[in-house]
Amino acid sequence: MSRLVDAIPYARLLGVRIEPTAIGWDCVLPFSEDIIGNPRLPAIHGGVIGSFLELTALLHLIDESGSTERVPKPINFSIDYLRSAGPHDTRARAQIFKLGRRVAVVHVTAWQDDEQKPVAAGNGKFLL
Amino acid sequence: MLPARMSDDRRYALSAVFGPALPEMVSNYTPHARRLRIQVVETGPGFAVLTLPFHEELIGDPSRGVVFGGVITTLIDQASGLAVACALEELLAIATVDLRVDYLRAARPGQNLFARAECYRVTRNIAFVRASAYERAPDDPFASCLGTFMIGANNAGTPFSGNRAKS
Repeated sequence: MSRLVDAIPYARLLGVRIEPTAIGWDCVLPFSEDIIGNPRLPAIHGGVIGSFLELTALLHLIDESGSTERVPKPINFSIDYLRSAGPHDTRARAQIFKLGRRVAVVHVTAWQDDEQKPVAAGNGKFLL
Repeated sequence: MLPARMSDDRRYALSAVFGPALPEMVSNYTPHARRLRIQVVETGPGFAVLTLPFHEELIGDPSRGVVFGGVITTLIDQASGLAVACALEELLAIATVDLRVDYLRAARPGQNLFARAECYRVTRNIAFVRASAYERAPDDPFASCLGTFMIGANNAGTPFSGNRAKS
Protein backbone atom coordinates (compact mmCIF):
# COMPACT_ATOMS: atom_id res chain seq x y z
CA MET A 1 0.00 0.00 0.00
CA SER A 2 2.75 2.45 0.91
CA ARG A 3 4.42 1.85 -2.46
CA LEU A 4 1.14 2.53 -4.19
CA VAL A 5 0.74 5.81 -2.31
CA ASP A 6 4.24 6.81 -3.35
CA ALA A 7 3.32 6.13 -6.98
CA ILE A 8 0.45 8.64 -6.88
CA PRO A 9 1.87 12.16 -7.31
CA TYR A 10 -1.09 13.88 -5.67
CA ALA A 11 -0.88 11.58 -2.61
CA ARG A 12 2.77 12.59 -2.31
CA LEU A 13 1.85 16.27 -2.56
CA LEU A 14 -0.53 15.84 0.38
CA GLY A 15 2.08 13.76 2.24
CA VAL A 16 -0.40 10.91 2.83
CA ARG A 17 1.01 7.78 4.45
CA ILE A 18 -0.29 4.36 5.47
CA GLU A 19 -0.28 3.23 9.07
CA PRO A 20 -1.06 -0.37 10.04
CA THR A 21 -3.70 -0.92 12.71
CA ALA A 22 -4.95 -3.97 14.60
CA ILE A 23 -7.67 -4.51 12.00
CA GLY A 24 -5.94 -3.39 8.81
CA TRP A 25 -4.58 0.04 8.02
CA ASP A 26 -5.50 3.73 8.14
CA CYS A 27 -4.51 6.58 5.88
CA VAL A 28 -2.84 9.50 7.64
CA LEU A 29 -2.84 13.07 6.32
CA PRO A 30 -0.08 14.97 8.18
CA PHE A 31 -0.91 18.56 8.96
CA SER A 32 1.10 21.18 7.08
CA GLU A 33 0.74 24.87 6.31
CA ASP A 34 0.18 23.98 2.66
CA ILE A 35 -3.16 22.25 3.24
CA ILE A 36 -4.81 25.10 5.14
CA GLY A 37 -8.03 26.47 3.67
CA ASN A 38 -8.91 29.08 6.26
CA PRO A 39 -5.82 30.49 7.99
CA ARG A 40 -7.86 32.39 10.57
CA LEU A 41 -9.11 29.27 12.37
CA PRO A 42 -6.87 27.62 11.10
CA ALA A 43 -8.72 24.84 9.30
CA ILE A 44 -7.69 22.34 6.67
CA HIS A 45 -9.11 23.02 3.21
CA GLY A 46 -12.42 21.22 2.64
CA GLY A 47 -11.19 20.09 -0.75
CA VAL A 48 -8.12 18.49 0.82
CA ILE A 49 -10.31 16.59 3.29
CA GLY A 50 -12.50 15.47 0.38
CA SER A 51 -9.46 14.39 -1.65
CA PHE A 52 -8.08 12.52 1.34
CA LEU A 53 -11.36 10.63 1.84
CA GLU A 54 -11.52 9.75 -1.84
CA LEU A 55 -7.91 8.61 -1.86
CA THR A 56 -8.54 6.41 1.19
CA ALA A 57 -11.61 4.87 -0.45
CA LEU A 58 -9.70 4.17 -3.67
CA LEU A 59 -6.72 2.63 -1.85
CA HIS A 60 -9.03 0.32 0.09
CA LEU A 61 -10.66 -0.83 -3.13
CA ILE A 62 -7.30 -1.49 -4.76
CA ASP A 63 -6.17 -3.35 -1.64
CA GLU A 64 -9.35 -5.45 -1.71
CA SER A 65 -8.98 -6.33 -5.38
CA GLY A 66 -5.28 -7.11 -4.92
CA SER A 67 -4.47 -5.68 -8.34
CA THR A 68 -3.37 -2.33 -9.65
CA GLU A 69 -3.93 -3.33 -13.26
CA ARG A 70 -7.40 -1.87 -13.44
CA VAL A 71 -7.73 1.12 -11.15
CA PRO A 72 -11.39 1.67 -10.15
CA LYS A 73 -12.84 4.87 -11.61
CA PRO A 74 -14.86 7.18 -9.40
CA ILE A 75 -18.48 7.64 -10.50
CA ASN A 76 -19.31 10.10 -7.80
CA PHE A 77 -18.16 11.08 -4.37
CA SER A 78 -20.17 12.72 -1.64
CA ILE A 79 -18.70 14.36 1.45
CA ASP A 80 -20.35 15.45 4.69
CA TYR A 81 -18.29 17.97 6.62
CA LEU A 82 -19.02 17.32 10.29
CA ARG A 83 -16.51 19.48 12.15
CA SER A 84 -13.83 21.98 11.34
CA ALA A 85 -10.56 20.11 10.75
CA GLY A 86 -7.95 21.85 12.89
CA PRO A 87 -4.16 21.99 12.60
CA HIS A 88 -3.60 18.32 13.46
CA ASP A 89 -2.92 15.08 11.64
CA THR A 90 -6.08 13.52 10.19
CA ARG A 91 -6.74 9.78 9.93
CA ALA A 92 -9.19 8.04 7.64
CA ARG A 93 -10.57 4.53 7.45
CA ALA A 94 -12.71 3.06 4.70
CA GLN A 95 -15.28 0.32 4.65
CA ILE A 96 -16.36 -1.34 1.45
CA PHE A 97 -20.13 -1.46 1.77
CA LYS A 98 -20.81 -3.31 -1.42
CA LEU A 99 -18.43 -4.89 -3.88
CA GLY A 100 -20.49 -5.73 -6.92
CA ARG A 101 -19.36 -6.94 -10.30
CA ARG A 102 -19.32 -3.47 -11.78
CA VAL A 103 -19.89 -0.98 -9.00
CA ALA A 104 -18.41 -0.71 -5.52
CA VAL A 105 -19.78 1.46 -2.72
CA VAL A 106 -17.26 2.67 -0.16
CA HIS A 107 -17.84 4.58 3.08
CA VAL A 108 -14.99 6.54 4.64
CA THR A 109 -14.64 8.38 7.92
CA ALA A 110 -11.94 10.88 8.91
CA TRP A 111 -11.08 12.05 12.39
CA GLN A 112 -8.29 13.83 14.23
CA ASP A 113 -7.82 13.18 17.95
CA ASP A 114 -10.97 11.25 18.72
CA GLU A 115 -12.34 8.59 16.41
CA GLN A 116 -15.76 9.15 17.98
CA LYS A 117 -15.71 12.74 16.74
CA PRO A 118 -15.25 12.48 12.98
CA VAL A 119 -14.41 15.64 11.03
CA ALA A 120 -15.86 14.29 7.78
CA ALA A 121 -17.57 11.29 6.24
CA GLY A 122 -17.52 10.27 2.59
CA ASN A 123 -19.49 7.95 0.36
CA GLY A 124 -18.04 6.97 -2.99
CA LYS A 125 -19.22 4.87 -5.89
CA PHE A 126 -16.56 3.42 -8.17
CA LEU A 127 -16.77 1.64 -11.50
CA LEU A 128 -14.68 -1.52 -11.30
CA MET B 1 -24.72 27.60 -19.03
CA LEU B 2 -25.27 28.48 -15.39
CA PRO B 3 -26.85 31.93 -15.46
CA ALA B 4 -26.47 33.95 -12.28
CA ARG B 5 -29.78 33.96 -10.47
CA MET B 6 -28.98 36.53 -7.83
CA SER B 7 -31.15 39.60 -8.27
CA ASP B 8 -29.62 42.70 -9.80
CA ASP B 9 -30.98 45.04 -7.13
CA ARG B 10 -29.24 43.16 -4.34
CA ARG B 11 -26.12 44.73 -2.91
CA TYR B 12 -23.09 42.51 -2.57
CA ALA B 13 -20.27 42.72 -0.08
CA LEU B 14 -17.72 41.98 -2.79
CA SER B 15 -19.29 43.99 -5.61
CA ALA B 16 -16.43 46.48 -5.49
CA VAL B 17 -14.02 43.71 -6.44
CA PHE B 18 -16.18 41.68 -8.82
CA GLY B 19 -14.33 40.87 -11.99
CA PRO B 20 -10.69 39.89 -12.11
CA ALA B 21 -9.68 41.82 -8.95
CA LEU B 22 -10.22 38.93 -6.55
CA PRO B 23 -7.24 36.73 -7.49
CA GLU B 24 -4.88 38.27 -5.00
CA MET B 25 -7.34 37.84 -2.14
CA VAL B 26 -7.97 34.20 -2.90
CA SER B 27 -4.37 33.22 -3.46
CA ASN B 28 -3.09 35.19 -0.49
CA TYR B 29 -5.59 34.01 2.07
CA THR B 30 -6.07 30.37 1.11
CA PRO B 31 -2.72 28.61 1.51
CA HIS B 32 -3.80 25.42 -0.23
CA ALA B 33 -5.17 27.33 -3.23
CA ARG B 34 -1.82 29.07 -3.42
CA ARG B 35 -0.02 25.72 -3.19
CA LEU B 36 -2.05 24.39 -6.14
CA ARG B 37 -1.71 27.73 -8.00
CA ILE B 38 -5.49 28.11 -8.29
CA GLN B 39 -6.38 31.44 -9.86
CA VAL B 40 -9.58 33.43 -10.24
CA VAL B 41 -10.76 33.93 -13.81
CA GLU B 42 -13.99 35.78 -13.19
CA THR B 43 -16.42 36.66 -10.41
CA GLY B 44 -19.78 38.39 -10.29
CA PRO B 45 -23.07 38.35 -8.38
CA GLY B 46 -23.27 34.84 -6.92
CA PHE B 47 -20.78 33.18 -9.23
CA ALA B 48 -17.08 32.48 -9.58
CA VAL B 49 -14.84 30.90 -12.21
CA LEU B 50 -11.48 29.52 -11.13
CA THR B 51 -8.68 27.81 -12.97
CA LEU B 52 -6.13 25.23 -11.87
CA PRO B 53 -3.04 25.08 -14.09
CA PHE B 54 -2.03 21.52 -14.89
CA HIS B 55 1.10 20.24 -13.25
CA GLU B 56 2.53 16.78 -12.71
CA GLU B 57 1.99 16.85 -8.95
CA LEU B 58 -1.78 16.67 -9.43
CA ILE B 59 -1.78 13.33 -11.22
CA GLY B 60 -3.75 10.48 -9.65
CA ASP B 61 -3.24 7.73 -12.19
CA PRO B 62 0.34 7.92 -13.55
CA SER B 63 -0.38 5.42 -16.33
CA ARG B 64 -3.02 7.71 -17.83
CA GLY B 65 -1.62 11.06 -16.68
CA VAL B 66 -5.04 12.02 -15.35
CA VAL B 67 -5.52 14.48 -12.50
CA PHE B 68 -6.66 12.85 -9.24
CA GLY B 69 -10.44 13.12 -8.72
CA GLY B 70 -9.99 14.75 -5.34
CA VAL B 71 -8.09 17.64 -6.94
CA ILE B 72 -11.27 18.46 -8.80
CA THR B 73 -13.11 18.43 -5.47
CA THR B 74 -10.64 21.00 -4.17
CA LEU B 75 -11.04 23.26 -7.21
CA ILE B 76 -14.84 22.99 -7.05
CA ASP B 77 -14.94 23.55 -3.28
CA GLN B 78 -12.81 26.65 -3.68
CA ALA B 79 -14.95 27.98 -6.55
CA SER B 80 -18.15 27.19 -4.65
CA GLY B 81 -17.00 28.93 -1.47
CA LEU B 82 -16.04 31.98 -3.50
CA ALA B 83 -19.40 31.95 -5.29
CA VAL B 84 -21.10 32.00 -1.88
CA ALA B 85 -18.91 34.91 -0.78
CA CYS B 86 -19.94 36.67 -3.99
CA ALA B 87 -23.62 36.14 -3.13
CA LEU B 88 -23.48 37.67 0.36
CA GLU B 89 -24.46 41.19 1.36
CA GLU B 90 -21.88 41.18 4.12
CA LEU B 91 -18.79 39.05 4.48
CA LEU B 92 -19.34 36.18 6.87
CA ALA B 93 -17.50 32.94 7.54
CA ILE B 94 -18.38 30.20 5.07
CA ALA B 95 -18.08 26.52 5.90
CA THR B 96 -18.76 23.60 3.58
CA VAL B 97 -21.62 21.42 4.86
CA ASP B 98 -21.54 18.91 2.03
CA LEU B 99 -20.40 18.37 -1.53
CA ARG B 100 -21.31 15.74 -4.05
CA VAL B 101 -19.18 15.50 -7.16
CA ASP B 102 -20.23 13.47 -10.21
CA TYR B 103 -17.35 12.46 -12.46
CA LEU B 104 -18.95 12.64 -15.89
CA ARG B 105 -15.78 11.56 -17.68
CA ALA B 106 -12.03 11.61 -17.13
CA ALA B 107 -10.39 15.01 -17.35
CA ARG B 108 -8.14 15.18 -20.41
CA PRO B 109 -4.47 14.72 -19.51
CA GLY B 110 -2.20 17.74 -19.42
CA GLN B 111 -4.94 20.36 -19.61
CA ASN B 112 -5.58 23.36 -17.39
CA LEU B 113 -8.83 22.86 -15.50
CA PHE B 114 -11.62 25.33 -14.84
CA ALA B 115 -14.51 25.32 -12.39
CA ARG B 116 -17.54 27.54 -12.49
CA ALA B 117 -19.75 27.70 -9.41
CA GLU B 118 -23.09 29.42 -9.04
CA CYS B 119 -24.67 30.16 -5.70
CA TYR B 120 -28.32 30.08 -6.72
CA ARG B 121 -29.96 30.43 -3.33
CA VAL B 122 -28.96 32.02 -0.03
CA THR B 123 -31.03 31.66 3.13
CA ARG B 124 -30.16 33.10 6.54
CA ASN B 125 -27.91 30.16 7.40
CA ILE B 126 -27.38 28.07 4.30
CA ALA B 127 -26.19 28.74 0.74
CA PHE B 128 -26.87 26.34 -2.13
CA VAL B 129 -24.38 25.99 -4.96
CA ARG B 130 -24.04 24.10 -8.18
CA ALA B 131 -20.77 23.86 -10.00
CA SER B 132 -19.11 22.18 -12.92
CA ALA B 133 -15.56 21.63 -14.08
CA TYR B 134 -14.24 21.59 -17.65
CA GLU B 135 -11.04 21.96 -19.65
CA ARG B 136 -12.16 24.31 -22.42
CA ALA B 137 -15.88 24.50 -22.99
CA PRO B 138 -18.27 25.08 -20.09
CA ASP B 139 -20.89 23.07 -21.98
CA ASP B 140 -18.58 20.03 -22.08
CA PRO B 141 -17.91 19.46 -18.36
CA PHE B 142 -16.05 16.47 -16.96
CA ALA B 143 -17.50 16.92 -13.47
CA SER B 144 -20.59 18.46 -11.93
CA CYS B 145 -21.25 19.19 -8.30
CA LEU B 146 -23.90 20.19 -5.80
CA GLY B 147 -22.87 21.75 -2.52
CA THR B 148 -24.35 23.35 0.56
CA PHE B 149 -22.55 25.84 2.76
CA MET B 150 -23.14 27.20 6.24
CA ILE B 151 -22.97 30.97 6.52
CA GLY B 152 -21.60 32.57 9.68
CA ALA B 153 -20.60 29.15 10.96
CA ASN B 154 -17.98 30.48 13.35
CA ASN B 155 -16.61 33.77 14.56
CA ALA B 156 -13.25 33.42 12.97
CA GLY B 157 -14.12 35.34 9.81
CA THR B 158 -13.46 34.49 6.21
CA PRO B 159 -10.09 34.31 4.56
CA PHE B 160 -11.05 37.63 2.99
CA SER B 161 -12.02 39.43 6.17
CA GLY B 162 -9.01 38.05 8.00
CA ASN B 163 -6.52 40.61 6.88
CA ARG B 164 -8.89 43.47 7.46
CA ALA B 165 -9.55 42.39 11.03
CA LYS B 166 -5.85 42.18 11.78
CA SER B 167 -4.86 45.52 10.36
